Amino acid sequence: MKSFEQVIEEHGPALLRYCASRVGPERAEDCFQETMVSALRSYVGMREEKAVRSWLFTIATRKSIDMYRVADRTPKPTETAQKIEGSHPDVRPGNSDIWSLVEQLPEKQSTALLLRYRGGLSHREVGEVMEISESAARRNSFEGLKRLRAERSSWA
Amino acid sequence: MVKPQMGDDDFEQALGEEILLPDGSWDRVRGRLVKRAVKEDLVDVAYEMHESPFGRLLVGASDGGIVRVGLSAESEDEILEDLGRRISPRIIRMGSPEITSARQQLDEYFAGERRHFDLKLDWQLTRGFRRQVLHATDGIPYGETRSYSAVATEAGSPKAVRAAGSALANNPLPIVVPCHRVLRSDGNVGSYLGGTSMKEQLLAMERSSG
Repeated sequence: MKSFEQVIEEHGPALLRYCASRVGPERAEDCFQETMVSALRSYVGMREEKAVRSWLFTIATRKSIDMYRVADRTPKPTETAQKIEGSHPDVRPGNSDIWSLVEQLPEKQSTALLLRYRGGLSHREVGEVMEISESAARRNSFEGLKRLRAERSSWA
Repeated sequence: MVKPQMGDDDFEQALGEEILLPDGSWDRVRGRLVKRAVKEDLVDVAYEMHESPFGRLLVGASDGGIVRVGLSAESEDEILEDLGRRISPRIIRMGSPEITSARQQLDEYFAGERRHFDLKLDWQLTRGFRRQVLHATDGIPYGETRSYSAVATEAGSPKAVRAAGSALANNPLPIVVPCHRVLRSDGNVGSYLGGTSMKEQLLAMERSSG
C-alpha cells in the first residue's frame, strides 16, 4: 500500500490538470485541494493500487460538479457576484475552439473525454469513475470525439 | 476559408494541451496542499530526507516524536510502505520542528560535536523484548561498546543473544539509538544494516572524539 506522499507524487499533477479542465484555471487549485484533502481524510484503509487512480478521479469529478458545472452556464443562487461575473469557465488553452466545443457536449461525453485526455485514465478507469461499463465509457469517448469532429467541420 | 478537418490525433493533442494555471507551479500547489493537510490534522507521519556523510537519511516523525531513521542502504519507497502498514499511510514529505531538530543534531553528531541525542523518540515500532534490547542499547555511552550478550542480559534475557541481534538488526532508529555500539564477544564488529564499513566508521569517529 502506498503512502499518501506517493499518491500525491503519482497522481497529483494529472488530477490538477483534470480539475483545471473541469472548472477552469482560476478554480482548479481549490478543486484539487478539496479532492486531495477529502482523499487524505479517508486514506486509512487498505487500498488496492489499481483502484487508487479511479477513486481519486471519482472524488475530483464529484468535487468539480459541486463547485461548478462546466456544462451548466446558469449561475446558482448561492454563487457570489464574483463567481457570476466569471461564470464562463476561463479556460485558456492553446486551442480555445476545442474547449468551447467540449463544453457543449453532453455531460457524459465531456466527462469521459476529460478523464481520458486530461486525467490519462484508461477506458476501464473512466467507467469506474462514471459508474458505467467499460464499453459505455469507450462509447462516450468515441461519440464525443465524433461530435467534436462534426462540429468542427460544420464551421468549414 | 476552408479549415482542414481535424482528425482524432489533432483532437487528442488539443485536449491534452496544458491549461495555464494562475499560480500553478506544481511545487507551490503541493506546498499549499500540505499546509492545509497539517491545518486539518490529517498528517500522521511527516518525513524529510537528509544528506549526511553516510548518504541520504530518512528522518520520520509522528505526533509522539522521531519514529524512524532510515539509512541510505534502505529504499525510501520500502520504508514508506512499511510505515504505511505499521503506523498509517497518511505520510507526507514535509518538515516539522522535531525533524528540523533531529537533522540539526545528526549534523552535529557527524561533525563530532554532539555525544548524546536530545530528542523525543516514538518507540511504537518496537515491542516487548525488542524494545527492551533497544532501551538497553540506548544506554550505551558515546565512545563505548557492549557485546550482544551483555545487551541481552541488560534486557532481561541473558540467553537470548540471537534475539537481541535480531532486535538490533531491526532497529527503526539507527544512529540515534546506537546499535552500532554493539559488537560480538569475539571482537568481530558484527553486522549492521548500513553495512559494516559504516559501523566501523561511526565507532572510529566516536573513539577519536572521545
